[in-house]
Amino acid sequence: MKFVDEFRDAAVIGKAVEEIRRLADPARHYRFMEVCGGHTHAIYRFGLKDLLPANIELVHGPGCPVCVLPMGRIDDGLAMATQEDVVFAAFGDMMRVPGTHGSPLEHKARGADVRIVYSPADALRLAENNPGRHVMFFAIGFETTAPSTALTLIRAKAKGIRNFSVFCNHVTIIPGIRAILDSPDMRIDAFLGPGHVSTVIGCRPYEWIARTERKPIVVSGFEPLDMLQSVLMLLRQLRNGEAKVENQYKRVVPWEGNRAALKAIAEVFELRNYFEWRGMGFISQSALRVRDSYAEWDAERRFSVPGIRVTDPKAAQCGEVLKGVLKPVQCKLFGNECTPERPVGALMVSSEGSCAAYYNYEHRKTLTNIAAPA
Amino acid sequence: MSTAAPRLRFRDAQIEMAHGAGGKASRRLVEGLIAPLLLSGTTELLGDAAHIIVSGTTIAITADSFVVKPLRFPGGSIGELAVNGTVNDLAVSGAKAEALVVTYVIEAGLPTETLEAEVRAMADAAARAGVAIVGGDTKVVEHGKADGLYITTAGIGRPIPGLSLSAKSVRAGDRVILSGPVGDHGITILLARGELDLEADLRSDTRAVLAFVEALAAAAASGLRWMRDPTRGGAATSLNELARDARLCIALQEDAIPVRDGVRGACELLGLDPLHIANEGQFLAVVSDEYAGRALDALRGAGCPEAAIIGTVREQPAGTVLGVTSYGGTRVIDMLVGDPLPRIC
Amino acid sequence: MCLAIPAKVVELLPDRAVVDVVGVRRSIETGLLLDDPPRVGDWVLVHVGFAMSKISEAEALDQIRILTLLGEGDSARVEAEGYGAIPEVESP
Repeated sequence: MKFVDEFRDAAVIGKAVEEIRRLADPARHYRFMEVCGGHTHAIYRFGLKDLLPANIELVHGPGCPVCVLPMGRIDDGLAMATQEDVVFAAFGDMMRVPGTHGSPLEHKARGADVRIVYSPADALRLAENNPGRHVMFFAIGFETTAPSTALTLIRAKAKGIRNFSVFCNHVTIIPGIRAILDSPDMRIDAFLGPGHVSTVIGCRPYEWIARTERKPIVVSGFEPLDMLQSVLMLLRQLRNGEAKVENQYKRVVPWEGNRAALKAIAEVFELRNYFEWRGMGFISQSALRVRDSYAEWDAERRFSVPGIRVTDPKAAQCGEVLKGVLKPVQCKLFGNECTPERPVGALMVSSEGSCAAYYNYEHRKTLTNIAAPA
Repeated sequence: MSTAAPRLRFRDAQIEMAHGAGGKASRRLVEGLIAPLLLSGTTELLGDAAHIIVSGTTIAITADSFVVKPLRFPGGSIGELAVNGTVNDLAVSGAKAEALVVTYVIEAGLPTETLEAEVRAMADAAARAGVAIVGGDTKVVEHGKADGLYITTAGIGRPIPGLSLSAKSVRAGDRVILSGPVGDHGITILLARGELDLEADLRSDTRAVLAFVEALAAAAASGLRWMRDPTRGGAATSLNELARDARLCIALQEDAIPVRDGVRGACELLGLDPLHIANEGQFLAVVSDEYAGRALDALRGAGCPEAAIIGTVREQPAGTVLGVTSYGGTRVIDMLVGDPLPRIC
Repeated sequence: MCLAIPAKVVELLPDRAVVDVVGVRRSIETGLLLDDPPRVGDWVLVHVGFAMSKISEAEALDQIRILTLLGEGDSARVEAEGYGAIPEVESP
């Protein structure tokens, strides 16, 4: 088994789609929020919207760690990059994100040492191999990525590698979901839970969504069959008047999460009191910072940074799009002042952002004949 | 010819790497700054080579520059790219390369044996492609510039009789043929740089495609509409240009696109799309439905066993490239913006 | 943060492993799987160069089986509908 092609099998997908059509109540309009940027990407990549009946709407949630990063934080990271002997290391996702004075790639064009890394471990290795430079790793991501940053810091400390630091912008998913559910204009019926975050935190953290908010949530994988099966499971719950947490991604997600990963996070990080999510405002206990015991590897303590808050123009309606109140195309700036090449707000900045994904994949697609084979 | 000065649409304050990646940013630079100022009068669709009339004879002419790090990589080197690239640009414009000129910009400090290896590689590649190298120029720049060696080749060629290629001749119902697996070259280079710590059994696909083009053209006869060699920006970029120029839709059958395992694996791991990755030995052809089967057989028989029909031209949505999955899902396949970047999200 | 890929372990190293992803090999960190270290031949889910979880072939096959049976009768439907329920025995 290869764990990929089997979940893209046309025949089985066909059955799942038939079952969805059978189970969906034609008198209802369903709004399912998928929280994770990876799901947003998968929906477009696999063309899943074409397969679902018109009364099932997939709404994109705030689970894009690049999108929710305030511009001021990018400026802070780049301020470190412009200092001498500093190597700015980050994932490819960050490279085109605009700061006030340009993106990391634009800084690189002007002479800053900016490098793309695939793994935080690669950034640490860069530090080991370049003792005369300081490698600053710009860490982003939800709980999926935080354990890897944590293990890297643990190793940096254990090996005494002092020319390395982490600028920690890890955020946590539950407060983001809570912020969505707390908004008065929220109209979501159920959730597809973030499958890879859940490999770390497990399924228990979502129990309050089912119990208190009475919304079904299915922790979902990312292949077409995974997502279609998750939609099936949500439809069944709604039909039965149920609201529970279910694990569709059983082959990978342990109900109790990954103990070693959670332990690593707890050793290295602690929760910030509050953190700003671009497009959503300040959310309490929603982000991680480096503990005192690892202060020496905390870029925020090793470097002085402007720390200036940069606000988006009021015309940018990112918050409402994030909550599923507005569709991207309904924001006045969409496609005009705000495009993926010249993003104004959070959701155009990364290709998983709702607006960027919609712009790139949906906006030009007014299909007249989608079923005919090529 | 207009007497008014051309309005320049290119507004970026400085040139970035993205402007050289072959995607949207490159197009903006060429169409917004360079073409309006340089290309006299005509707003002809920019193709791989220009066909001009000199003293009553039509000749094809093109130029390309080669900037690659590392200079040598599995499957080839910069010298081979420089010869094959220009031969191929001429071939897909419907011309047989007759002569090349070459310029070398050499970084001071480059070991002589490195330069010699590239010059030999070019001589061999030219002999294999049946093209003569008839002149050129050499410059040396200071240490720290030119990444060792930059090569530019310009070529002229004779049009292949009977061909009339243009995006404007493409019609709904035509078929899209791809000569072989995509992504080999770009991923080989990415891995050869050693920054991502990936290993795979891959080689650049650099080769001259003239013989294959000739075989396809002979079989496709009047059905051959358009060709392109998808280098930087990948097949997606070339097909988007076609869709835009022809004002039609290119619908690709995702399962039909040939991709080698190692390329697929690297792309999955890094979050890249093989359709955005550079190729140096493949080409795309649009052939009428009537001749497509014959053309494919001829191509496979001529030395492209993995050639495949990968899609069909449709009317709508015009200007768009679509990917259609085996289960009926569709996605818009966009042109590359800048360099393809690995992602973790 | 969600791009995680199934990869097959082909070699074990101290704290790390070499995995194969459709013909590409990379060495990855296994420190997050200390409680249940992978063996050669196991499949793991890889994100940013770290193994996040083992992939259970049994669960995968079961999932495909259940979905393949959809449309073939009520018992299949009931089984599909029960998929993903909270486990009865809670682990400590």
